[in-house]
Amino acid sequence: MSPTRRSVLKGIASAATLAATGAPEALAGPLPKKTPPPDAVGLLYDATRCIGCQACVVKCKEANGLPPDSGTPRGAMYDAPDDLNSKTKNIIKLYKGEDGRTSFMKAQCMHCVDPACASVCMISALYKGPRGIVAYDPGKCVGCRYCQTACPFNVPKYEWNTAFPKIVKCELCRHLVEKGGVPACVAACPREAVIFGGLETLRADAKGRLAREPGKYYPKVYGDTDGGGTQVLYLSVAGIPFDKLGLPDLGTESGAALSEHLTHAVYQGFIAPIALYAVLGFAVWRSWRRQGLGKGGQE
Amino acid sequence: MGPETGRRTGFGKWEGQGVSRREFLRTCAIAAAAVGLPGWTVAEIAEAAAAGGRPPVVWLHFQECTGCSETLLRASHPAVSELILDLVSLDYHETLFAAAGKQAEEALNAAIQKNKGKYICVIEGAIPTRDNGIYCKIAGRTATDLVTDIGLKAGAIIAIGSCAAWGGIPSAAPNPTGATGVPQFLKNANNAPYLKEKAIVALPGCPPNPYTFLGTVLQYATYGTLPALDSLGRPAFAYARTIHEDCPRRPHFDAGRFAERFGDEGHRHGYCLYKTGCKGPRTHAPCSLQHFGEVVGAWPVGIGHPCFGCTEQSLAFRVPLHTTVEIDRPTPPDTYPPIHADHGGVSVAAVGVAGLTVGALIGAGAVAAKKLGASKGEGKQEKDKEAK
Repeated sequence: MSPTRRSVLKGIASAATLAATGAPEALAGPLPKKTPPPDAVGLLYDATRCIGCQACVVKCKEANGLPPDSGTPRGAMYDAPDDLNSKTKNIIKLYKGEDGRTSFMKAQCMHCVDPACASVCMISALYKGPRGIVAYDPGKCVGCRYCQTACPFNVPKYEWNTAFPKIVKCELCRHLVEKGGVPACVAACPREAVIFGGLETLRADAKGRLAREPGKYYPKVYGDTDGGGTQVLYLSVAGIPFDKLGLPDLGTESGAALSEHLTHAVYQGFIAPIALYAVLGFAVWRSWRRQGLGKGGQE
Repeated sequence: MGPETGRRTGFGKWEGQGVSRREFLRTCAIAAAAVGLPGWTVAEIAEAAAAGGRPPVVWLHFQECTGCSETLLRASHPAVSELILDLVSLDYHETLFAAAGKQAEEALNAAIQKNKGKYICVIEGAIPTRDNGIYCKIAGRTATDLVTDIGLKAGAIIAIGSCAAWGGIPSAAPNPTGATGVPQFLKNANNAPYLKEKAIVALPGCPPNPYTFLGTVLQYATYGTLPALDSLGRPAFAYARTIHEDCPRRPHFDAGRFAERFGDEGHRHGYCLYKTGCKGPRTHAPCSLQHFGEVVGAWPVGIGHPCFGCTEQSLAFRVPLHTTVEIDRPTPPDTYPPIHADHGGVSVAAVGVAGLTVGALIGAGAVAAKKLGASKGEGKQEKDKEAK
């Protein structure tokens, strides 16, 4: 019986399955949980305090040397980005509910405890830097944009209009934080709607606000555990869940942990690739023998 | 009112000259307040003025309209009479001088000889440089000669008005006289090699606000120093911000309320004049805070006319009056992007072009495949069969 296309594909599939299930104990256990460094810093954004003045948007651009984005349909006379983009690392958005309720929303990098962008980056151009800040090294970046597709918050942006494009995203003003300063958005905020500090201090502060004024807030601190935890925490207005503000429901596990776990399990001991190539090699050998190619050829 | 008090305020010298102590101090206080000097400087201004330390001023006129002098005449805090009588010693000013001809020239030469290296040289008007500067002559001497000679011997040089600051109207295209500003002329090493290090204060404007001039002169008269200057030699206290940044119509800009054309509803409501060609977003001047002629609201935007950009070399007499300009430091509007921005889909035309391209490629591939088959002979035989 000569190997049909169907039988070969079947063989490959079963080998892969065998390899994947070959490390069942590795997959069965709980996902490895990453923790933020003890000196981790972050932001706490309180939507109930934000007045939408956009001072943080202006000062972010000043501090990071970003040009105005006036190419959007909203008019050329303003710096009017309609989303995070290669010229905008921080933006204030407006949620308008059908019930007439409104809330401002500050979008920037969430500085995940276990960031998907850094996980998929093949050469660590994006990496978890000092104090847990997710930093970017433009000298390493090859422009594959895996980080763009991986980020659950749609944060890393690509410079589509330049000859040597880079990734642009909030790095928590690490050039200022390194010198003992605070991020520009925090310094600019006239209402302390966004504050900067140690992650655990911010977490305690956020939970304290929820406990003190439960009627004022949506009863959850986003980023506490979401997606494995983020170093930027959010408080929302009562009655407006976080998914309305563009913060997706990610569960408590980080996506990076799951994908890394699966890949590492499949490649554990390099069993799966060896098994796959063994099956392929066998199929090739059998095919050659049937057609007599190994013994001087047919023509 | 004993002699002691007089000595302390430096008034003693003025007693019996028809000037009351109260009037004198009032002038000093008004001068200090008007140009934003703190209250404690009043005594110092009075002291400097009364001690005879009034700095001599030599005022030169070249290619100009005397508008700058005129606007200064309309200042009353302090009035120019108080300025030139009490606070500075105006030794030469062609349009305010009673003397003329030989007398005037003698006064000028005497002032320069007496106060060499100490006087303030105020220059009003551009310097024509073409054809050896023959297009502007005073007492037989060209403007280039005068400004190099008198400017060199001055303690400080103030170029008042856009003409003196960067060329102004005389330098507008086609600029037949080769008019140029004073700093540009004097900073050119070929014209005045010794002036490279000397600070030249530029007060552009058509006219500049008189209080910018008064503030600069009073600081020099009192402390012998010049205010902090920006890269173009303009005092930062007056030229650091744009008109747009302090404009009383700014809230309308932020909210997107514009006068679209003169006389329309937005114009009558006092909306932002950006779309009618206002140059405020690129014009560095204190006009939106310090109005003209002692009348609140008396400045272009205040009367419903777009800013002309008179202080800016890149705008005035170059960019048409009603052409809009780019914003110098754009800030967000008073509207907000939604949580999920609509980044736009693919247009019908793009889909069409892509479809055509893909179709053409598939067609070309099919044809090529057929030809490959034909070259092997199979296709040919089939065709031959069909033909038979």
